[in-house]
Amino acid sequence: MNPQAIIDGLIAGSTIGLGAIGLTLTYSILRFANFTHGDFLAWGAYLTLTVSGFLGGLLAGLGAGAPLAPFSFGWGLPVALPAGVAVTILLTLGLDRVLFGQLRQRGADAIIIVMASFGASMALRSLLEFIYSSEPQYFTRELQIAQKIGLGMRATPDQLLTIAMTALLVVLLHIVVTRTPTGRAMRAVSENPSLAGVYGVDVDHVIRVTWIIGAGLACVAGVMSGLLVQIRPYMGFDLLLPLFAAAILGGIGSIPGAMIGGLIIGLAEAFTVQLIGAEWRAAVAFVVLVLVLLVRPAGLFGRAA
Amino acid sequence: MSALTVTGFKAGYDPDLPIVKGVSFAVDTGEAIAVLGPNGAGKSTLIKAIAGQVACLGGRVMLGGDDITGLRSHDLARRGLGFVPQTDNIFTGLTIRENLQIASELVAKPQRASRIEQMFEMFPDLKSRPSELAGALSGGQRQMLAAARALLTDPPVLMLDEPSAGLSPKLVAQVFETLRRIHASGVTLILVEQNVRAALSLASRALVLVDGELAHEGPTDDLHDGDRLGRLFLGRRAGATAG
Repeated sequence: MNPQAIIDGLIAGSTIGLGAIGLTLTYSILRFANFTHGDFLAWGAYLTLTVSGFLGGLLAGLGAGAPLAPFSFGWGLPVALPAGVAVTILLTLGLDRVLFGQLRQRGADAIIIVMASFGASMALRSLLEFIYSSEPQYFTRELQIAQKIGLGMRATPDQLLTIAMTALLVVLLHIVVTRTPTGRAMRAVSENPSLAGVYGVDVDHVIRVTWIIGAGLACVAGVMSGLLVQIRPYMGFDLLLPLFAAAILGGIGSIPGAMIGGLIIGLAEAFTVQLIGAEWRAAVAFVVLVLVLLVRPAGLFGRAA
Repeated sequence: MSALTVTGFKAGYDPDLPIVKGVSFAVDTGEAIAVLGPNGAGKSTLIKAIAGQVACLGGRVMLGGDDITGLRSHDLARRGLGFVPQTDNIFTGLTIRENLQIASELVAKPQRASRIEQMFEMFPDLKSRPSELAGALSGGQRQMLAAARALLTDPPVLMLDEPSAGLSPKLVAQVFETLRRIHASGVTLILVEQNVRAALSLASRALVLVDGELAHEGPTDDLHDGDRLGRLFLGRRAGATAG
């Protein structure tokens, strides 16, 4: 068995875990399975690409367009990322205002909101295809050679950066959720939104914060995926099943759970590719999802309903 | 001056089928009143609606001089209307301290820590294990935590929905002793209770609700006679004769 599968799994799992955290937060606080989450990843990547392309042109004009060694991208991408995050957040807040928020106010059943998110997901994807075409796009066309990192594994600097960035974001988010008033309010709304109101928590504010965090992480996950592979309108949709599998495996509402779930899915995919064959990769998340739902529906760190 | 004035109040889950049908009453500052009545009379719906948990379908609610009709529960909490629901009244997945910390967000920042410590002094059972999950508490301790949470913000009016529900007689006595202390500190209490004996021992005045309407309002001394209370619970208004 080649240990390369470990680092490959961790790299893929970082993107899946980061996306699954946003999904698990919206699932536990808004109480519906948000199918648009995968499309937020894709929109985040495309929006960042747009800003990055614009900034890249400007920076090239100033003679600062070269890649930031040892990475494959120049200053355009890190400077564009906050803008991409901000616009993705605006997109999700807008969608909540015109769609999900309206349904919540009318007391719509969860299944109605889920179906609405499914429809919105298709619309968002089609819109991306309409605006950017279905041709794959890239943050950079620089080639990177994977370097030895020990234990018989290799990785590119970009790949190691995504793992480090994921770790940083997960730690930061864990601190926010466990140590700050906003995090406590989020956990309270997740457990009992009606009681949270009695405690004085503004539930609408918590919902907005949840969208903001979820959209921000989705954008970063989309950019990471786009940087390591490519950007396509279907990139988020294709990640949806692994994201759900990771969120449910980790236990709905658990941030460390979603991250660990993502890493497990990533590792399982990588080992499946190595041991069985690449054509079975897509089946891994589905198998894990079914097994968790049958054996331990609360997931690894979730609380039984 | 009235701490809370309710006028022609209607509430329920369906606008065409109000459960509370035009109830009016006032509670004086520092007073403790009991809201009594048979099952399904609309007692819990009445205080849940005042607390913003059930839709208000008509009428008006004044907290002191402020019109609070139809405000949402977090706004009401910020304005000083405390409410302790009957069940699920604490966050079981959060620690005891975290439950109090969430409520303390309504208090000015410099006073938050000291208010939490004051609650621990008032409810010593909670003090010994602040980092324990609230879900591990017994029924009586949960009611203590719920009361501590509500009192932490020093609300002028505190409404409790059946604080004795599901508790052993010993714990009921303990909870009502705590409520007596809370009332003695000057808090206006509105108590919905099925345990009539316990409620009458605490409140000075009672409202009897029957089928969503106010069937009786008066001093609790009038209601120690079980027969009279029984007649009221069966839906006969005070002064009405059978026939």
